[in-house]
Amino acid sequence: MITMHPSFEMLRPGKKFPTVWCPGCGHGIVQGAIIRAVQKLGIPRDQMVMVSGIGCSSRMPVYVDFNSLHTAHGRAIAFATGVKLHNPKLHVIVITGDGDALAIGGNHFIHAARRNVELTVILLNNNIYGMTGGQYSPTTPIGKRASTAPYGTAERDFDPCALAVAAGAVFAARGTVFGVVELEKMIQQALAKRGFALVEALSPCPTLYGRLNREGNAVKMIQWQKENTINAKAAAKLPPEKTAGKIITGVFHDAEVTPYTEVYQGIIDKAQGQKQ
Amino acid sequence: MSADIRLLQGNEACAEGAIYAGCDFFGGYPITPSTEVAEEMARLLPRHGGKFIQMEDEIAGIATMLGAGAAGAKAMTATSGPGFSLMMELLGYGCMAEIPAVIVNVQRAGPSTGLPTKGAQADMMQARWGTHGDHPAIALCPSSVAESFSLTVKSFNLAERFRMPVQLMLDEFIGHLREKVTIPAPGELEVYTHPRPSVAPGEYRHFGDGTSVGGAYAAMGTGYRFNITGLTHDPMGFPTGRTDEIRWKMDRLRAKTDDHLPELVDVEREFLDDAEVVLFAYGGGARTAQEAVRLARARGIKAGLLRPRIVWPFPDQTVADALAKAKAMLVVELNQGQLIGEVRRVNQGGTKVVPVLRYDGEIITPDELMTAVEANR
Ligand SMILES: Cc1ncc(C[n+]2csc(CCOP(=O)(O)OP(=O)(O)O)c2C)c(N)n1
Ligand code: SF4
Repeated sequence: MITMHPSFEMLRPGKKFPTVWCPGCGHGIVQGAIIRAVQKLGIPRDQMVMVSGIGCSSRMPVYVDFNSLHTAHGRAIAFATGVKLHNPKLHVIVITGDGDALAIGGNHFIHAARRNVELTVILLNNNIYGMTGGQYSPTTPIGKRASTAPYGTAERDFDPCALAVAAGAVFAARGTVFGVVELEKMIQQALAKRGFALVEALSPCPTLYGRLNREGNAVKMIQWQKENTINAKAAAKLPPEKTAGKIITGVFHDAEVTPYTEVYQGIIDKAQGQKQ
Repeated sequence: MSADIRLLQGNEACAEGAIYAGCDFFGGYPITPSTEVAEEMARLLPRHGGKFIQMEDEIAGIATMLGAGAAGAKAMTATSGPGFSLMMELLGYGCMAEIPAVIVNVQRAGPSTGLPTKGAQADMMQARWGTHGDHPAIALCPSSVAESFSLTVKSFNLAERFRMPVQLMLDEFIGHLREKVTIPAPGELEVYTHPRPSVAPGEYRHFGDGTSVGGAYAAMGTGYRFNITGLTHDPMGFPTGRTDEIRWKMDRLRAKTDDHLPELVDVEREFLDDAEVVLFAYGGGARTAQEAVRLARARGIKAGLLRPRIVWPFPDQTVADALAKAKAMLVVELNQGQLIGEVRRVNQGGTKVVPVLRYDGEIITPDELMTAVEANR
């Protein structure tokens, strides 16, 4: 007997598939984790809005059967702010890449975190500009190669989670596509948060980053994630030399702060109370 | 009930007009000489249960406006030259994604920072061609504080009906002018809100035939899940590379204005029937043109005024008709000559088309206009 894949009901039928993603791209694994997280929380699809910018990662909204808004490069968070503020009942997920969120969209990213707008931001970090052919991004590690850094980059990289926390996010976590079960849990937690919640998903780009930096195929890159990441809790128990050079994953920040739309409702109440 | 008479600035009247039209969302960034629109919206919107947000820049302002519009709001932003330039990419997004919204540009003199506190009509071509790609444009120009109110209402109506961002091209002269206005009673001015779909969700096509002008389209969270993208898309809103579908979408956008020109003509005509010298003027520049026409008539000169309230789409036929009857058309603009190119384009006969321009931050005076009228009578 043929049984339907449990994620199938959340996907859009017809000509959208196959996806634009290369074989072995991490982005599809992150999409699967998001779908399962939404299913586990039982959020009705009609209440789900997926907003994205431009990039390989930002193509995701076409595939999932939510309300979907594929916007312009860097602007997803600003669009999503309008969606959420207009209709606070909607659950708004933002899909963004490292270039989309942190270069062209960096200003919107920090200001939405500061306002604590209730957005679940999934930042698919592949350390490169995928869609435009492998230029370096704000998360390309120093010295790594890109099409615009043929001798390696001269720039230091951002830590998106630290940036979000510094700007006021109430939740920040980093997961990997290798640790997809953990990633799915982080996304669930983020979706349940009331406030600006970031999940940074390390999502390999074998086609560009992998090839330019000779990191091997998709399997090798995922294997690399396994060997080079340590969960924050485990890392805390280890001596520094054991964690040096490793990428720390896990939930870094989880706070309770009154969310933006709730504060704004207070302003409406105040303005209406003052009306003669 | 006694009439609601107030002394208002053009910018304040614009905000009042927006509320009258049912605007429930404003996202923007302050800039002279448009700031009063934002300040008034910040005060008025929450009283009416709407939302105001001051964003981190104008790109975010138009983005959050379009996000709210896509979700179902009657949304608005307001800016001036430098901010208008920042908004250009997303103006095109709004056209492609067919999101109703109103962008107010209280024009100041440029380029660059230019004259921040002085007026101009220097962004008229930017309103038409500022964003990349072929696209329709609808833009309105109020010439009085009362019109700042009524044309804001009209801008929202057109945005809802034509399902695209509409540009209200104020200028500093009208934006900061104070005049007596009678706020229309509820119901006195038409307020159009687009219908919501009634078909079953499975049959709904967000960009289906009949949804373009005057059609029904859905808000988010109402059972109709749809996709919106800035990529060229099919009637379902999904990206396409098929030439027939691309053509369908581009023709659909063009048809918004091209197939509905009669209802997009809004022109005031004064003394045009026998006019030999016609002043073509709009927005702040039309105020002195009105005065000049009266002065000319008092001197026995057959002068008339042609004043488009909707400047984009350009009222080709109306202008051509006036040109056919006139000896000369004086094009009054507070810039170095922008809409005059359109007038020349539609001028088929030998009518003289004369620029009467001022671009030093001051409004053109009736005397200056009279000199031009006398020279071309
Ligand atoms: C205003 C603007 N500038 C530049 C581009 C070109 N562009 C498209 S996607 C992209 C980078 C995408 O990289 P990232 O956000 O990291 O996503 P990825 O493709 O790697 O998933 C760029 C520069 C654009 N679409 N719009
Ligand atoms: S280029 Fe890279 S990021 Fe883009 S789809 Fe291919 S593997 Fe994924």
